[in-house]
Amino acid sequence: MSNAVAVSRTQESHEEREKSFLARNKYLILRRTTQLTILSLYIAGNYLGWKILQGNLSTSKFLEVIPLSDPYAVLQMFFAGVVVGTDVLIGALIILTFYSLVAGRAFCSWVCPVNIITDFANWLKVKLGLHREERKVKIPRSARYWFLVLGLVLSPILGVPAFEFISPVSITHRGLIFGMGLGWTIILAIFIFDLLVVKNGWCGHLCPLGAFYSVVSKPASLIRVGYDLNKCTECMECKRVCPEVQVLWMIGKESKPVLSGECTNCGRCIDVCPEHALFYTLRFKKSGGDKDEA
Amino acid sequence: MTDKKPDPKRRKLLVGFLQGLGLSVVGGVIWAAIVHENKHDPLVLRPPGAYPEDEFLKKCIKCGLCVIACANRPNVPYDKKGNKMVTLRLASPGDNKPIGTPYFIPRKVPCYMCEDVPCTFACPTKALDTELLKNEEGKVDVNKARMGVAVVDYNSCIAYWGLQCDACVRACPLMHKAIYIDVRRNRRTGKHAMLVPVVDPDYCTGCGLCEFACPTDKPAIYVLPRDIALGKIGKHYVRGWMETEENVEEKIKEREKELREWKPKTPEEYLNEEDLLYE
Repeated sequence: MSNAVAVSRTQESHEEREKSFLARNKYLILRRTTQLTILSLYIAGNYLGWKILQGNLSTSKFLEVIPLSDPYAVLQMFFAGVVVGTDVLIGALIILTFYSLVAGRAFCSWVCPVNIITDFANWLKVKLGLHREERKVKIPRSARYWFLVLGLVLSPILGVPAFEFISPVSITHRGLIFGMGLGWTIILAIFIFDLLVVKNGWCGHLCPLGAFYSVVSKPASLIRVGYDLNKCTECMECKRVCPEVQVLWMIGKESKPVLSGECTNCGRCIDVCPEHALFYTLRFKKSGGDKDEA
Repeated sequence: MTDKKPDPKRRKLLVGFLQGLGLSVVGGVIWAAIVHENKHDPLVLRPPGAYPEDEFLKKCIKCGLCVIACANRPNVPYDKKGNKMVTLRLASPGDNKPIGTPYFIPRKVPCYMCEDVPCTFACPTKALDTELLKNEEGKVDVNKARMGVAVVDYNSCIAYWGLQCDACVRACPLMHKAIYIDVRRNRRTGKHAMLVPVVDPDYCTGCGLCEFACPTDKPAIYVLPRDIALGKIGKHYVRGWMETEENVEEKIKEREKELREWKPKTPEEYLNEEDLLYE
């Protein structure tokens, strides 16, 4: 225990030498700004009638004209036996194209409001050192893919888009825009689950929406996190902060971008890396040894 | 012998698959139970142009654009404290309504029957469909909305006491059509009339302005979903006179018109009546 503290202390001082506070938290700050800006625009859309973003994460109108829709919700509706109108279909295609071809699973870390809660739970968990002593509750990270399929199987059986009725993402987001009701209990439950039961439990193990974006962004999404083995000192700070630590299997092994769809492109690893060995890059760019990339 | 020996790798894969399947079944039962319970609310009142509940729930993507359209229309009323009175609400956990779907509570804020129906036009998935609001001329007419139907509890209605209250009739946007005043003999006094409100479900849109206006502590007139409040005669009973009497439908229409256009006299009209002078 004291050893670990000592080690992390030395790393902190090391980081401070290398990178300023802003540089150490660049993407974290950017992410929170993005999340809160999007959320505020939605809230203003309802309470003040601002027409920049109106609706919520299920379906919204951007600048009154451009539709944006949740492709997983539309898929569930399709399974429930509804062919949605062109507006919503176009909206779903815009979102699907953006994440699957460009941004990767960035929805989870740059847009989703639950991310703020689970990140906070995770930060607190690590701060309190709970993750070191607690008994590991084994929920496989693949459980979310089962729930992803389950949402599609249940939709025709129940005759409604099934996940949309229980989605904590929607409940949180809708609650903030239209009134929370008892929705805070679900937020609290997720916070406690992540803090006390399973590390990164909801986002990293269970959420079918995250699983959906993992699946669609796996094959072709352009923006990836690159890794340069030559610069890496194997301090493992990146693995300590990564919410989907399995995607960083190449650390200390080979220079290769993170290609797993489970990476949320949150950029926390880039923030904490003192050696600039991790950086945003494009899928097809070779990252090994190229110093200009950093 | 060798090919009968189970391959440990394959077995592990298979058992892992079964575990996932098991998790899905257990999770699926709980999940389905929650959704099934939550989506079943026979008393929910939907915005204008909503499809019947089952189809509505399929099509509603829970975006809240109808609620936003309702809240940000120019003619939105304000209460005494200066807060917006927004008709449509988006169900949150604890409201005991299908989650994330729009509904309204007429006693709190009724539907004000905007002529341009902003809520229905805002729906991106056609769960609220303007097609359902088209009149004979093919124009969108909010009076074609069938959100519910008003029902009178005549035991609580003070007009049935013989008091002159026509708050609901006057609140009704389809006055003398959806709610009209019926003149009945007051059996208690034997010589007075009771002017009681009667709802015609053929015209009633279920906007709830009557429920909102009703002066009793708990409203004596209230909106219920149509399939809860209305009965159905079926084919067994036939009105024989409809076939024998001549021009019966016209006669019924005329009589109904008379009844509905009846209005209580103003005090001046009453006092200037000739009969009164000779009484």
